[in-house]
Amino acid sequence: MTRSEQRTVSTEQRTTQGDSTPEKQVTIERSNTVAPVEGAPDGVITLKDLEVFYSDFRAVTDVNMSFGSREITALIGPSGCGKSTVLRCLNRMNDLVPGARVEGAVAYHGVDIYGEDVDVIEVRRRIGMVFQKPNPFPKSIYDNVAYGPRVTGMKVSDMDTVVERALRGAALWDEVKDKLKQNAFGLSGGQQQRLCIARAIATSPEVILMDEPCSALDPIATAKIEDLMVELASTYTIIIVTHNMQQAARVSQRTGFFTAEADEKGQRTGKLVEFDTTEHIFGNPSDARTEAYITGRFG
Amino acid sequence: MTATTLVVDQSLKSGRRKGVGPTVFAVALWACLAIICAFLFFVLAVIIQKGLARFDLNLVTEHPSRLRPDTSGVKSALFGTIWIMVLTALIALPLGIAAAVYLEEYADNTRWWNRLIELNIQNLAAVPSVIYGILTLGFVVRGPLSIGAVLLAGAISLALLILPVVIITCREALRAVPSEIRSGSLALGATQWQTTWRQVLPSAVPGIATGSILALSRAIGEAAPLLLVGATTFLTFNPDGVFSRYTVLPTQIFSLVPLDRVEFRDLAYSTILLLIIVLLVMNALAIWLRNRYQRRW
Repeated sequence: MTRSEQRTVSTEQRTTQGDSTPEKQVTIERSNTVAPVEGAPDGVITLKDLEVFYSDFRAVTDVNMSFGSREITALIGPSGCGKSTVLRCLNRMNDLVPGARVEGAVAYHGVDIYGEDVDVIEVRRRIGMVFQKPNPFPKSIYDNVAYGPRVTGMKVSDMDTVVERALRGAALWDEVKDKLKQNAFGLSGGQQQRLCIARAIATSPEVILMDEPCSALDPIATAKIEDLMVELASTYTIIIVTHNMQQAARVSQRTGFFTAEADEKGQRTGKLVEFDTTEHIFGNPSDARTEAYITGRFG
Repeated sequence: MTATTLVVDQSLKSGRRKGVGPTVFAVALWACLAIICAFLFFVLAVIIQKGLARFDLNLVTEHPSRLRPDTSGVKSALFGTIWIMVLTALIALPLGIAAAVYLEEYADNTRWWNRLIELNIQNLAAVPSVIYGILTLGFVVRGPLSIGAVLLAGAISLALLILPVVIITCREALRAVPSEIRSGSLALGATQWQTTWRQVLPSAVPGIATGSILALSRAIGEAAPLLLVGATTFLTFNPDGVFSRYTVLPTQIFSLVPLDRVEFRDLAYSTILLLIIVLLVMNALAIWLRNRYQRRW
């Protein structure tokens, strides 16, 4: 790769509705200090020999997988298998855990996001995240959505349009359009979670990570979020961690099954057992452990 | 449907609750509380009873005087206390809040020096206030800075005194902000500074304000450090700047009490009452702030 090679991403092109907002051009400089990952298959994000440590404890090892563009990939597996850890590596949220260390590579369009010259802020703007528990800010609904574009310095001519588009994108607009100035804490749990999704898509990310986004919600709110995910997948690449296997089967195109195996010292380290199309994983899994898990015999 | 007889097992009725132990314990707790309250009410009652004798307008409109104790007041001391309070807040709060933000949001607790700083701050909160007076006397009034026994010196000594308390209460307020708020903000591409400034600090403001006011009310009740850094007595003018001579209510009380005439003693009681009212107002403000802006997550 040459030193001056640049990649231009038009963030506005990915959003569905066109409007008067001037197109925002984002440029990633690829300087030669950021090593491209060898042999990375095409995918928005590719993991190569990923290993995560918390201090001395090896939480996950030997993860190789690739997340396809505008697909939903589900990560499933029993508790403590490291699927959330892997997810949190993808936008470097694991950096916040003291003692966390990542080995191997997380390649985003071929660039290792753990490389030296990478701006973690820019990584997180492009790879958004929705958490397990809805976590709106203690602000108005409007300010919640506008927060991302404001802090990342997005040049928006009309914030109202950005907010409306994000809320429409998260299928929340009709429910909140008359109370945009009200505190987000007044919303129901499901609405709060959709607000968090709206907040994430307001910064025009390319990838959205979801860490068990429905585990705190009732079945009706869950169904709405699932419909929303399917809809969003036409625009965004979605990676979801879920404990709900039916959910993985319903929404995802690809599924990765993780499990944790104890070594001789009793340390449990998570591994990727099988990664394939969802159809294959749930219909005809190659690995006996996957089959045991999805048929409910363990986990 | 067959009728069932409900048999009550007698062991359910006579459990361990029947013993005398719990009763004795409860009575002991009540007794401790009663002793504390009795002292407090006794002191308050005496002060109100004796203080009301001279609790008139002269108290706040007249300056102290050695010659006319029956009509003089403590105007200069009241103004000195207000000046000191504002100045102490201006010095201690920015420093204390900044230190708390560093320790809570930025510092890596696995580093030994950060743990050392933390331990030191906790110890500093227990250092007697007169020590801060000596420190200020040596370094500010005289010594390297040599600004003299002026208002600023008094404010510096009190700011040093309350800094550990301000830092500790601010850290608690920051810690009460759920980590989900931080990760939510960071995940959107906000920097650590933006997260702190736009999310964490605003959410912690009620706690910070409450803690700061309580720390300040401790500061204005202090006499010991100020006696060392030049709070004079019987001052007949209000402070007019940070380099002005000054006196404050606690030192005024301190100098009035040993005087032999009964009028001075009455004046001392009234001044104590005035100081207590100032403190109660501040504490009430702190409680109001806490209840008004308290956030339940």
